[in-house]
Amino acid sequence: MSALTSMGMSELAAAIKSRKTSAVEVIDAHLARIVQNDDVIGAFLSRGDEAARAEAKTIDERIAKGEDPGPLAGIPIGIKDAIHAKGLPTTCGSKILKQFQPPYDATVTTRLRDAGAIVLGKLNMDEFAMGSSNENSAFKPVRNPWDTTRVPGGSSGGSAAAVSAGFAALTLGSDTGGSIRQPASFCGVVGLKPTYGRVSRYGLVAFASSLDQIGPLTRSCEDAALALSVMAGLDTHDATSSAHPIDDYGAALKKPTKGLRIGLPREFLKIGGDAGVMAEFEKTIAALKGDGAEIVDIELPNAPHAIATYYLVATAEASSNLARFDGVRYGLRSDSQASRGGLKEMYGETRDAGFGPEVKRRILLGTFVLSSGYYDAYYVRAQKVRTLIRRDFEKAFASCDVIATPTSPSTAFKLGEKTANPLEMYLADVFTVPANLVGIPGVSVPCGFSNGLPVGLQLVAPMFAESTLLRAGHAVERLMGVAAKQPAL
Amino acid sequence: MVEIDDTLVTRIATLARLSLSKDETHALAGDLRNVLKYAESLEGIDLEGVPPMSHATEGERFRPDVAVHELTRENALQNAPDQEGGLFRVPQVIG
Repeated sequence: MSALTSMGMSELAAAIKSRKTSAVEVIDAHLARIVQNDDVIGAFLSRGDEAARAEAKTIDERIAKGEDPGPLAGIPIGIKDAIHAKGLPTTCGSKILKQFQPPYDATVTTRLRDAGAIVLGKLNMDEFAMGSSNENSAFKPVRNPWDTTRVPGGSSGGSAAAVSAGFAALTLGSDTGGSIRQPASFCGVVGLKPTYGRVSRYGLVAFASSLDQIGPLTRSCEDAALALSVMAGLDTHDATSSAHPIDDYGAALKKPTKGLRIGLPREFLKIGGDAGVMAEFEKTIAALKGDGAEIVDIELPNAPHAIATYYLVATAEASSNLARFDGVRYGLRSDSQASRGGLKEMYGETRDAGFGPEVKRRILLGTFVLSSGYYDAYYVRAQKVRTLIRRDFEKAFASCDVIATPTSPSTAFKLGEKTANPLEMYLADVFTVPANLVGIPGVSVPCGFSNGLPVGLQLVAPMFAESTLLRAGHAVERLMGVAAKQPAL
Repeated sequence: MVEIDDTLVTRIATLARLSLSKDETHALAGDLRNVLKYAESLEGIDLEGVPPMSHATEGERFRPDVAVHELTRENALQNAPDQEGGLFRVPQVIG
């Protein structure tokens, strides 16, 4: 791998600004790597090579004139195809949005561009972010750069694979139940789901509005800290975005491990994972303890109910959000004989033709739990359990600063291995969904390898405590020394 | 708990505006049965006096009600599958 496609973001921006290299060279190096390898990996759904080169040239010209284009000057980024970047389509990995051209930039896209970042293209994903393997993309699967017979995880599979493969220094994902953290774990990169409301969701195609959050996937916690400092903050276009003060995330990384209280939910962990995953997890906890962290036993008695709660709440919200795809204002419209019969027929035919099986499954489940007669028994019950899960975390954080678990019970599995049984795929989200239900931030940091495949450690922290999270994550990188490892393509 | 059969799935699909084939309906009924059976695990939990949680934000934040025109008519229509005279065109609604 050329040095330019493996450098950290701040290092890369500094090299561009000091003219040791140029933004054009950096963009060209990444594009060359993509052209050479993405036929196999399948991370990108669309690219804007010419626009990227033109923007790089502008960055270089500004630097030559003595201007500062921003903290991300010339940094190549990729964006999950659920987040708008004007000039490129937003397909959400779905046939129903195949032709959709966004009329505006998402707030995160604007903020990153304003900081000097250059958008290379849009990244593959499970359709409407529904999936844990990227196999639900309507266009093509993504292959894991560590082993191309395996999945990259999902739903932000393209985003994780792109960072892992050295296609971009930073990618954006969205996380509704683990969709940033689980693929980050499978691909051996850092994936951060910020606190609900920390980053504006304006310009993100909604899946489950009370759970969705945009976040960065990067090669290190340092890069995640830099990205978050650019992306975070209040946005008048998103009423749920927060005015909570933004910390100095970079400074937090320099704090020592000593004094950090790490909670271990021993009972919840009995749900367990593969032996290899659990071995790397225990090794990492021991290393943190050796470095001065205090390990605290905590209890999350309702956490085992999180999966059932999540799949009732998330599908209910999805069935409502996805009602907008009706063949009228945008997207596909069915041209079948039946769809010409009238408006209702057109709706039904369009949605049947445009949505894939997993999306239909979730729309149906969500419609069912919200329907008259079942609403209280399923939807309201799940919302009440959600309260209990939040209370568990509030209680636990009285005695610890972060909570550690594996990110996923397994390492990356084979393509096709879990597609036959949707419920089995859902159960693998056991460690990631609680953070979405509660609204707290979570990060997956590479902590080891099992049979040559990356293992991720998940840390979650109280609302708006991303600083603590990144500090602990940075300690894991330093102690375990695996964050810098990259696959041979 | 409720029996999920093809008839119920057909009714739900109508509410969701999904024209499913018979095969799809049957397969989805099986999937729904499995997931809802798993969700029965929530039934034994004591929820007496527990309020429902709909989102993670606390309180509501309002902004001044000021009209801004960020989307032009042309932009709003640029992705429409069918349009006429600056409006979205749909199949006939009233006979």
